[in-house]
Amino acid sequence: MYKYIIRRILVFIPMLFILTIMVFGLAQLAPGDALTGQSLADPNVDPEVYEQQREALGLNDPIPVQYGRWISSVAQGDLGNSLVFNGRSVAELIESRFANTLYLGFFSLCITILVSIPIGIYSAKRPYSLLDYGATGFGFLGLAIPNFFFGLIAIYILSIKLGWFPAQGTMSAPGVTGFEAFIDRIHHMILPGITLGLAGTATYMRYMRSEVLDVLGSDYIRTARAKGMSDSSVLYKHTLRNALIPIITLMGFEIGVLLGGAVITEQVFQYPGLGTLFLSSVTNRDYPVVMAIAMILGILILIGNLLADIFYSIIDPRIRYD
Amino acid sequence: MNKEPVLDVEQLKTYFYLDDDKVARAVDNISFSIYPGETVALVGESGSGKSITALSVMQLINKPGRIVEGNILIDGEEIIQLNPKQMTKIRGNEIAMIFQEPMTALNPVYTIGNQITEILRKHKKMSKIDARDKAINLLKTVGIPRAEEIMKEYPHQLSGGMRQRVMIAMAISCEPKLLIADEPTTALDVTIQAQILDLMAEMKEKYHMALLLITHDVGVVSEYADRVMVMYGGQIVEHAQTKELLRHTKHPYTKGLLESLPNMDEDADRLGTIKGTVPPAYNFPAGCRFSARCPFVMEKCKQSNPELEEIETDHFVRCYLYENEGEQE
Ligand SMILES: Nc1ncnc2c1ncn2[C@@H]1O[C@H](COP(=O)(O)OP(=O)(O)O)[C@@H](O)[C@H]1O
Ligand SMILES: [Mg+2]
Repeated sequence: MYKYIIRRILVFIPMLFILTIMVFGLAQLAPGDALTGQSLADPNVDPEVYEQQREALGLNDPIPVQYGRWISSVAQGDLGNSLVFNGRSVAELIESRFANTLYLGFFSLCITILVSIPIGIYSAKRPYSLLDYGATGFGFLGLAIPNFFFGLIAIYILSIKLGWFPAQGTMSAPGVTGFEAFIDRIHHMILPGITLGLAGTATYMRYMRSEVLDVLGSDYIRTARAKGMSDSSVLYKHTLRNALIPIITLMGFEIGVLLGGAVITEQVFQYPGLGTLFLSSVTNRDYPVVMAIAMILGILILIGNLLADIFYSIIDPRIRYD
Repeated sequence: MNKEPVLDVEQLKTYFYLDDDKVARAVDNISFSIYPGETVALVGESGSGKSITALSVMQLINKPGRIVEGNILIDGEEIIQLNPKQMTKIRGNEIAMIFQEPMTALNPVYTIGNQITEILRKHKKMSKIDARDKAINLLKTVGIPRAEEIMKEYPHQLSGGMRQRVMIAMAISCEPKLLIADEPTTALDVTIQAQILDLMAEMKEKYHMALLLITHDVGVVSEYADRVMVMYGGQIVEHAQTKELLRHTKHPYTKGLLESLPNMDEDADRLGTIKGTVPPAYNFPAGCRFSARCPFVMEKCKQSNPELEEIETDHFVRCYLYENEGEQE
């Protein structure tokens, strides 16, 4: 098993390398640079000035040279400076945003898991019951309603009309500390967290239901029952672990889906995360920031898949020897 | 045999209620008893209702199936009306069952040791350590080498024959009174089949169990069974001591099954088989269920289904050909 995990981690490295090339390549392919926007905004400035700045920033160097310069500084942890925010360092810009997005993603994933798995199990245990039908209905809605739309409705009803939840931001007052601040943060994350996790919750609920039903019909479950195992042992010992195998693989991809969804959800809730920063940086053609965020998202997705593979190998003994 | 039967099945009916209002009468009014230490074979082609009979005894019938009527007594105790929790104390403990597919019958994500010890811990309330020791002993008893190592292995690391041995070890672990084996060797290599059957016969002696051996292979019957029940269309069509049944075969269906065996005395070519297939359980013919395939079919056979009659002492047949024989004496 350790061999498998090590092998899996080794595969991670070339994938990381490919990721850097893709991120850099995409940034190169995108039209214009940080100075294009400024020159359009202010046609009175002599284009020669921008050309000099380009030269100074190294934007006119051959692409492989630019890539080499970028990758070597990235490897040293230097993500460069923003071209827009008065040359503030990218790392500094991203730091707090990154933490916010991680909190939100993690929170949303927790909601997804805590809601979808138990409901999926229950639906499978009592198929065609009232709750099963309810869950099915919710599942269709959850998949059919776009994130941003659900978010807007949630804001309208739950924060504007009822005032139960804040409509935006991460904290209300900067003064609070300790446990109170923690609760305040959670309070702010509930609506965006649910919005972000909605589609995932619906999907995993359905998957879980059909997986559990599938496993319940399998030969080894019949064996367990023939051995006199209790209903709870049959469900929670013999069925659950088998039913989770495919779910865990999907969860690995879910990290990527969540981060993609975060870009829009954060925008709806004006949540200061990587997503909002990403959108504004793309608009401003602030490529060092865009590239850094793309790198971070890419790495997170790779890590998600790596974790899924590792969990998979822990939960399913058959994989370890292949 | 005047001992109390370990298993007594009376007028058992297990039906499946299918979507389109069809009712599959998988087991349709079956009665039989099994006495301590006996090996009884239940034979019949695929689809004749053997597995459903066994699963009914275990009370493991899933929807849309249901035991509609009848009594099942284990050691004189009626189990039909037991609640699910009470039933878990009987399964694996007083009656154990082995299935056809050893490749899928074990849980792929737990070790062999885990799967054997859990049954000992459940029924015998053993400690972890005692259960482990006992499980290793059981594995040795069923002829598994390197028992200690196998305890830590997973089902996918074992061959089909080995897995069936593990299933047997699990089944005998609580020394049940009755072991039901549903085609235990059908999925195995021919070379392994005899080994597994011999092992089961040996275990039966060692633990004084009764054995209900389900098979579609009549060849197995003569070697292992004391008594044979032939099943067709959810009913028993012939029932007798093995010797009697093989020597004085009555029912045309049983004759057909026996003829389909390769016979040493005759031409190897002449592999007689019964024409046609078992009718689906939701669409039996009006009269005798075998009438459509029977070479001796009479007009009467198409009108009504004959009863199972005792035409000689301990020899029961469901066929109009022997209608008057029982009454003559
Ligand atoms: N789950 C089910 N749903 C509907 N019908 C079933 C089901 N299981 C069994 N049956 C019916 O019961 C009949 C007998 O099945 P079975 O006992 O498995 O036969 P076998 O003698 O091969 O073990 C089948 O032909 C089928 O019509
Ligand atoms: Mg069968």
